[in-house]
Amino acid sequence: MTLLFAPHSEKDKQEMLEFLGLKSIDDLFADIDEKLVLRTPLNLPSSMSEIELTRHMLMLSEKNGEVLHKSCFIGAGAYNHFIPSVVNHIVSRAEFYTSYTPYQPEVSQGMLQAIFEYQTMIAELVDMEVVNASVYDGATALAEAVIMVSNITGKKEIIISSAVHPEYKEVVKTYCSARELMLKEVEFCNGVTSLEDLEKIVSKNSAAVVVQNPTFFGCIENLSGIEKICHEKEILLIVSVVEPTSLGMLKPPGECGADIVTGEGQSFGNPLNYGGPYLGFMGTKNKYVRFFPGRLVGATTDAQGRRGYVLTLQAREQHIRRERAFSNICTNQALNALATVVYLSLLGKVGLVELANLCYQKAHYAYDAIAEINGFKPVFVFPFYNEFVFECPISPRKINKQLLKHKIIGGLELERFYPDLKNTMMFCVTERNSKADIDKLVEVLENIA
Amino acid sequence: MKLIFEISSPGRRGIELPKLDVPPREVDIPENLLRKKLFLPEVSEVDVVRHYTALSRMNYGVDNGFYPLGSCTMKYNPKVNEDASRLPGFMFAHPYQSEEISQGCLELMFNLEKYLCEITGMDAFTLQPAAGAHGELTGLMMMKAYFRHKKEKRTKIIVPDLSHGTNPASASMCAFDVLTIKSNKEGRVDLDALKDIMTEDVAGIMLTNPNTLGIFEKDILKIADIVHSSGGLLYCDGANMNALLGIARPGDMRFDIVHLNLHKTFSTPHGGGGPGAGPVGVKRALEPFLPVPRINKTGKNYSLTYDCPLSIGRVKSFYGNFGVMVKAYAYILALGAEGLRQVAEVSVLNANYLLRKLRPFFDLTYEQPYKHEFVLSGARQAKKGVRMVDIAKRLLDYGFHPPTIYFPLIVEEAMMVEPTETEKKETLDAFAEALEKINEEIERDPEIVKTSPHTTSVSRLDMVKASKEPILKWISHSNDYI
Repeated sequence: MTLLFAPHSEKDKQEMLEFLGLKSIDDLFADIDEKLVLRTPLNLPSSMSEIELTRHMLMLSEKNGEVLHKSCFIGAGAYNHFIPSVVNHIVSRAEFYTSYTPYQPEVSQGMLQAIFEYQTMIAELVDMEVVNASVYDGATALAEAVIMVSNITGKKEIIISSAVHPEYKEVVKTYCSARELMLKEVEFCNGVTSLEDLEKIVSKNSAAVVVQNPTFFGCIENLSGIEKICHEKEILLIVSVVEPTSLGMLKPPGECGADIVTGEGQSFGNPLNYGGPYLGFMGTKNKYVRFFPGRLVGATTDAQGRRGYVLTLQAREQHIRRERAFSNICTNQALNALATVVYLSLLGKVGLVELANLCYQKAHYAYDAIAEINGFKPVFVFPFYNEFVFECPISPRKINKQLLKHKIIGGLELERFYPDLKNTMMFCVTERNSKADIDKLVEVLENIA
Repeated sequence: MKLIFEISSPGRRGIELPKLDVPPREVDIPENLLRKKLFLPEVSEVDVVRHYTALSRMNYGVDNGFYPLGSCTMKYNPKVNEDASRLPGFMFAHPYQSEEISQGCLELMFNLEKYLCEITGMDAFTLQPAAGAHGELTGLMMMKAYFRHKKEKRTKIIVPDLSHGTNPASASMCAFDVLTIKSNKEGRVDLDALKDIMTEDVAGIMLTNPNTLGIFEKDILKIADIVHSSGGLLYCDGANMNALLGIARPGDMRFDIVHLNLHKTFSTPHGGGGPGAGPVGVKRALEPFLPVPRINKTGKNYSLTYDCPLSIGRVKSFYGNFGVMVKAYAYILALGAEGLRQVAEVSVLNANYLLRKLRPFFDLTYEQPYKHEFVLSGARQAKKGVRMVDIAKRLLDYGFHPPTIYFPLIVEEAMMVEPTETEKKETLDAFAEALEKINEEIERDPEIVKTSPHTTSVSRLDMVKASKEPILKWISHSNDYI
């Protein structure tokens, strides 16, 4: 058999072995202990031709449902937004997607400039002075921020709102456990962080308070109130933005006094992909840049004085500082950041505001209609963006099964994360849900109730 | 090249959104929580396409040419895998849609875990980590949890001086103290030095095998004995797994934990810096500590399970970089056992062939058998005033992406070359010829090398200026940019 994806003929191999003065390929592995050398082939399925592989992959993919052929009312950290065709065409340019981290800037100006533009756009959206070139996802961005504040302050106590995405909270908890930091949780009240409880729980020992806006439940936090409590006690404020299209409508966290803003960029041009790859973004103030994890792209000039871009401030990073580095991150989500900068360029400032308004208006239309149905009761009465929670007359699992029969992916059953929120369902509405989709959802729910 | 902001013109837009089809209502969010201003570029669709297409032409990928970046395994990324990952059933699956309509995704992940177990000789895998460094972190978190569970206080991790920087950095993130162990004259772990520092408070050692010099740690079983006999664990940084596919397995070498880089060994493209995926495999004793959720199979049905009381918890939202897994899975299926073994064989053949070709022109610090990569030294060129960075930049003029330079740190003026299996003999010959010519230039006209590159979209960039006066975003109306 000739090797797929490798070009040598038998003759080439022979010539190369001869050049090396070797008899067989095995001679190249002669230094490996006999006991360790595999004598039988790996137990894997037989190789497939491209035709067979294509058929197999299609068959496997079709065992899934997906949001293209259904209407989708679930969000909770992964949002069904429209992605313009241009985005996929640009990220499919092989010059981008088959390149490595831009270690050689002279042949990487394309990706470097795109990331520089990305850093500029995210900095503007969240109102932070500096944004890094990306981290793995929204959850790890938050965990990195928590490690960062413990390094800045030297304190080991982190306060996190229970209205933060439960999976983000779990990731932060995992990182804290390893880093030997203490995590305390603040209760939520009416879908947002309880200021009363927060006031009670913070102390001089707290490094930071972590909240999400809009909260996991879709409600809009009183960030100014939270900021006041934090900064009175010299505690840093970390704000996580999981649905960043909301930034087209809401005051940026930086303007509300956040010290670090993290978030999930999936909404901006990255497909759902069953949970990844997504895009973790992070921004902070210049004064904390020494503690800031991740790659940073900076502008500089070349030998002729022309503008160009490089990876910079690398003295913070693992390959230089090794065990003294504040983070170990190396590979990030560059291609997802590229998708985001293309997406945001297409939308522009008018488009993002319009998009946020579409999500808001359609979500409120759906909320009002569901509230009319007998047996469906809103759980939180608080301003929200595009997600909201209802208590259901029957088990949400049964409802979702019924909805699926009508090609509708229903909301998230919240009980899996919040055992107290029994029989509740969290719905999400985006610009991809037409009025007809929403009316159909309401009609099916009415019939169930 | 202008920035997208600099071609912005008020009133332009790149996409039309659907009209609001529900009755509009007043926004009930308090005024003080609403956004007042927003700055994003205003450009047309064709502006966006031309701008980013122009940028792509200022970028070099594997599809453009040879990319022998050591320790990065820049092999060709088969196109069919890209298409597979974009099938609607994968690309538009929501992570919280019910398991009932996610069977294809779960089956793929379940089987990928199984294949990776077989390839590495481990007992169980998690696919959750998003990159190699994330895999390391996950592995070390499990180590920590394992010793906590056993009520053993082990606070130190050993790393060789030639390890990837991520290894010690990951250990620090887990609040381990890092002990660095010097390599011996053969470029391998010094067994005596290891015996000396392997004490009861050491949690384990992180090794890459073949190591970052490209040399196989032939004493790996003795190393395992030393570490295991004092109760420690062996961690394998699988960045260099390309050399061993189907030849030998970390599990058989008695590693307890291994991470793989799907974006290296398993051909998923690196995307200009990511996304990658860094699955972690463990031996049975560590399985209870793997992140949640795990994937189960009962009869023909696949499901996610969260019932793992000893688990370290989650390291990422949802299930990992699924889109990357699809490509790695397709790659394994295309090649099968025989194909994977040939990947290792040809990658090692190519590296040795290229090493022999380059040997006359550079110093070789360690005269050892090499596997899929090798590290040369530019010490003799440095004496003539030409640094390795100059040689690397000059390679750009010859149309090649340079190898990794100045790593590992223990080799003076290091150049770490990993050709991979997907390059033909003529390419290796041409690359060797280019370096031979550059060597001649160093004798004849060193300035041309020291001032290179001369053919790229920008010439050598001022790194010092970039870090001394950091400009990390574009600021409108700034005179610097007009």
